[in-house]
Formats: sequence, C-alpha cells, structure tokens
Amino acid sequence: MKLHRWVSLTPVLATCVLLVGLFAFGAASYPNFASVAVVRNLLVDNAFLVVAAIGMTFVIISGGIDLSVGAVMAFSATLAASLVEAHGLHPLAAAAVVLAVGVAFGLAQGVLIAMLDVPPFMVTLAGMFLARGAAFAVHPQSRGVTHPFVATTLNETLSLHLPIGARGVVIPPTVVVMFVLLALAWVLLRHVRFGRAVYAVGDDASAARLMGLAVRRIKIGAYALCGCTSAIAGLLFALYQQSGDPASCKGMELDVIAAVIIGGTLLKGGAGSVLGTFAGVMILGLIQTIISFQGDLSSWWTRIVAGGLVLVFLLLHRGIAVMAGRVARLA
Amino acid sequence: MTLSTPSWHRGLRSLVWPVAALALLLAFNAAFMPGFFALEARDGRLYGVLVDILNHGSRTALVALGMTLVIATGGVDLSVGAVAAIAGAVTATLLVEAQVAWPLAIAEAVAIGACCGLWNGLCVSVFKLQPIVATLVLMVAGRGVAQLITGGSIITFESAPVSAIGNSAFLGLPIPVTMLALAAVGLHLLVRRSAMGLYIECVGDNPVAARLAGIPDRAVMMTVYGLCGVLAAVAGVIECSYIKAADANNAGALLELDAILAVVIGGTALSGGRFSFAGTIVGAMLMQTLTKTLYMHDVSAEIAPAPKALVVIVVCLLQAPRVRAWMAGLWSRGGAA
Repeated sequence: MKLHRWVSLTPVLATCVLLVGLFAFGAASYPNFASVAVVRNLLVDNAFLVVAAIGMTFVIISGGIDLSVGAVMAFSATLAASLVEAHGLHPLAAAAVVLAVGVAFGLAQGVLIAMLDVPPFMVTLAGMFLARGAAFAVHPQSRGVTHPFVATTLNETLSLHLPIGARGVVIPPTVVVMFVLLALAWVLLRHVRFGRAVYAVGDDASAARLMGLAVRRIKIGAYALCGCTSAIAGLLFALYQQSGDPASCKGMELDVIAAVIIGGTLLKGGAGSVLGTFAGVMILGLIQTIISFQGDLSSWWTRIVAGGLVLVFLLLHRGIAVMAGRVARLA
Repeated sequence: MTLSTPSWHRGLRSLVWPVAALALLLAFNAAFMPGFFALEARDGRLYGVLVDILNHGSRTALVALGMTLVIATGGVDLSVGAVAAIAGAVTATLLVEAQVAWPLAIAEAVAIGACCGLWNGLCVSVFKLQPIVATLVLMVAGRGVAQLITGGSIITFESAPVSAIGNSAFLGLPIPVTMLALAAVGLHLLVRRSAMGLYIECVGDNPVAARLAGIPDRAVMMTVYGLCGVLAAVAGVIECSYIKAADANNAGALLELDAILAVVIGGTALSGGRFSFAGTIVGAMLMQTLTKTLYMHDVSAEIAPAPKALVVIVVCLLQAPRVRAWMAGLWSRGGAA
C-alpha cells in the first residue's frame, strides 16, 4: 500500500518540480518573465487545453485513450458558431446543444469500445475522422461570432477584474470555468464512487469485475465524460478565438495526451490526478512562453521539446514500475 | 477455423471480404460515373482514373505493408506520417542545399527512416513502452524535426530523376506501382520463406509464450519497426517527388490513418497474430478508390474523412467477436427454422 502510494506520487512530484524549475529558469533568464501578465496569459491561452485534458485524464486512468479530442473540439466550436450566427440561437442554448452532442459522441465511442471490444485507439481514430469531417460539413470555413451576448456579456461584463499590479488584471470567464471544472473533476475522481471505480478499472479490469464493479458502464462513463469536456473545451476555444473554425485544433489530442502523461498519469491506467494534468498543461504552456521569450527559436521547437519530455516521463514511469516490481519481489 | 485448414485456403478466405467490397465499389462507379474505367495510352504510358488510384494507392500500400508487420506483432506505428515528412525534408534539403547526387539523397532519407523505425522498435522492445505511445512521441516530435530540417518553408527542387519517381512510368504504369510490387515480393520472400513470419505471428499472438519458446522477440520487434520506418521513408520520397517539393507541415498527413485502415480492412486483426500482405494491398486500393469516388462525387477533401470513418467503424464491428457471435447465432437460428 505504501509502495503503491509512492509509485503513484513520484511522477506527480517530478511534474511539480519541473513546473517550478521551468518557471524559475524563465524568471532567471529573461527580464519581465516573472510577472502577473505572463501567468495570466499562461492561464488564458491554455484554459481550453486544461478542460480537454481533464476528460482525457479520466479516459487514460481507466486504461483507454481518446484520439478524437481535437476534432471534437473543432466540431463543437464550428457547430456553436453556426447555431448562433446562422440559425439565430441564443449562445446559451447553442452551448447546451453542443454539450449534448459531445456527450452523445463520447457515449457512442464508449459503447463501441466497452460493449464490442473494439480497440480504443481504432474507435477514437475513426471518431477523429468523423468529427473532423462533420465539422467541415457544418460549415466549411471559419465563422466569426459577433453575437452581443458573447462579445460584451461573456467577454467583458463577466470577466473578473482583479486589483493586482498597477493596472489590474482581467481574467476572462474561460479561466473561471476551467478552475471550476478542475475542482469538480478533482472531487469526482477522489471522493465519488464513479471516480474511485475508474481507478479500479484502469488498474486491473478483471479484478474490478470480480469486485462487482460494472466495468463496461464505468468505461462508457469515462468516454462520455471525455466527450463532454471536449465539447466544453471547443466552446471555450470558440470564445477565446471569437470564431468557430473547422480546421482548428488539429493535433490538439496529441498536446492533450502529452500534458496528461507529463502530468504523471500512467498510460497503462490506474494512477494519475487532474491536478497533475493541470501542471502538465502549464509545463507545455511554459515551454511555449520560454521559446517565445527567447525569440530566436522557431515555434516547432515546442513540438520537439514536448515529444522529448513525454519520452522522459514515459521512461520515468517505466523505471518506477520496474523498481516497484523488484521491491515487491524482495518483500 | 481449424488447424488443418491449409494456409493458402485460409489466405484466400480472408481475402473474400475486401475483394468483394472493392468489386462493389468499382461496380458502383461503373454504373454511376461515366469515364471511370476509361484508359488512354499516351507516350508509352496509361492515363485514367484507375491508373491514378493505382499510383496513389501504391504509396499508401507501401506504408501499409510495413504497418501490417507492426500490427501483426500486436503493435501499431503512428509515426509513419511524420517519418514520411522527415524523409521528404531530408531528400529536398540534400538536393537543394547540399547539391548531393540524387541516389545518395534518397539513400540517406531511407536510412534516416530506418533509424526512426529502429528507435520506435527500441522504445517498444527494450524500454517496453506501449506501441501507441512510443510512436506517438515520434509522431509529435518528428513533424517538428521535419520542419527544423526544412527551416519551416516548403523546399522545391529541380531534379529530373527524383521527380520521375512520381511522375513517369515503367511498363506503362506509374513507377510507385513497380516499387510496391518489388516491396511486396521482397517482404513475402523475407517473412514466408524464412522463420521470420512465424516469429512475427508468435510474438503478436502471445509475447510471453513466444519469449518462453526462445523466439528472439526483441530482434523481431526491431526488424519489424525498422522495416516500417524504411517503407514510410520511401513513401515520403514518393510524395515529395509528386509535387517536386518537401512540405514538412502537410507531407504524410493522415498517412498513418490510411495505412492502419488498409491493414484492418485487409483482415489483419489489430490484436496481432495472423497477417496478410495481399489483404493489405487490396485494403489500400479500396481506401484509395473510396477517396477518389468521394472526390468525384464532389465531396470536398475536408469532408471525405467522415464517410471513410463510417467504413472503418463498420469493418471493426464486423470483426468484433461479439458481433460475429451474434450474427452466427442469427444464421444458425435462421437455418434451423
């Protein structure tokens, strides 16, 4: 038991050390790095990514993977923009429709995976194709959102004005939504039966079944949740960009998976946390910020560094698993 | 399926469904798309929709052959698109900036592809990372590396021999078709005329049992992923010769998906074990025919993936054990009544 805690905690600790280290490196290397504005931008620019990564954390802890996240985000953003601008729906009603579609999509994927035993990456790869094609079928181009509710109410009235620094800091509602969802997901994963069952299923599905857990239903729940957070992330992205673009969010699923892995969630399932995932997204964001502060490095370095970090963390997880196995054999 | 079924019989039976689907699609095109089967011979080579499908389908099929071996070991290689992009970037950069002779440029691109594949093999076999994730790393980082090589811009080159690969013909058919034929025959000899094929199927079927039986599973994995990298690099060279340029951002986009789909449609199970090269080639041609059909019916290139995805889901459902059992139940009940 002690060992198990140690195994599941070490990656998260490594993540936190990396996050603090990266920020310290940035602050030491560049003037104006350690400022409220940088932190604020880090949160604003990555809010949608954090939300998408929350659902992915559930899926990966349950032992699966969801490659359709980026495409579902683009589809949600496009659908929302079309419903509001072309069909005259109120943004809140459009958001409700998009959420329902996202949950239904995740549910369908979950049913195929859990009920029919089709490998998760195959189903969600097809889901990625389907959602991307559907996004273009809804509207083939980027469509700006100019509805007054979105432009003024959401982006100005509902923004938080914090009296920090000389001019104060404006936090848009997307960041607030992110923190609320993060808190909800943390409670769900730590203190609700469904969340505990997700860990059990991911750790050992047959043991979970013998314990009397409804393994299939729990897996389906995890994918439905991921569909839901992907839809919310798409809405946040549309709000952030003030438009719905069917070509957006390409490869976003990779960023999300990378963030979850860097955040210390084990890919084989059974261990991980949403707080680690939050730290993982922030690490990716910090790398991007540092590269832009450096100025003479091209943006593709972000991808190379991200890929390298994922590898390091995978090897770290692997090394811990091997060590834990040795310790268990000795005991 | 019993053990006594001869292997050629087994192979033929697994080919029935993909061939039937391809025939159905071609029949549909024959009925609704005038000119689909029109062939025209000009300057000693054939032109027409079918030739175009063969040309582009061969590129997908080359990658899918490597993917077949990888999937047969129970793995998957998501990095083939990124490796193709790297190979194209290396070829173009060497031709333009280093003024290297073209055979050397291509050889270097293929060698780098082999290194990428061996790296994947190392991650999977020695570090024991899950194949999806190990190759995901290269998929993420590889495209960055390709952009690093080209400096982020599209590099165009003027090299008659290299652009001839994608744009001229051998025996009346585009050169990629010949390359596919050579690769298919070579791989067939390699895996079916040696113990290699048996080793691959053993590792895919049950890696623990294979290891206990003394099969060098690490060497098998390294070989298989290495071959997949080589074939992806060849596909990358073909792709950059089509457009006489290397586009690090878009080259090999969705190549991994098409290749995996071709393998699955061809009857090789994603869980590993038994595999079929012929099925994979038919699967790749089926995917390419489907793509072409959609384009010819004015479905835009952006929307085309959606119907493809539906095809994949249906194929996966047909292969799912539960659905098979259910359908078998329906069949026997219907027969009894």
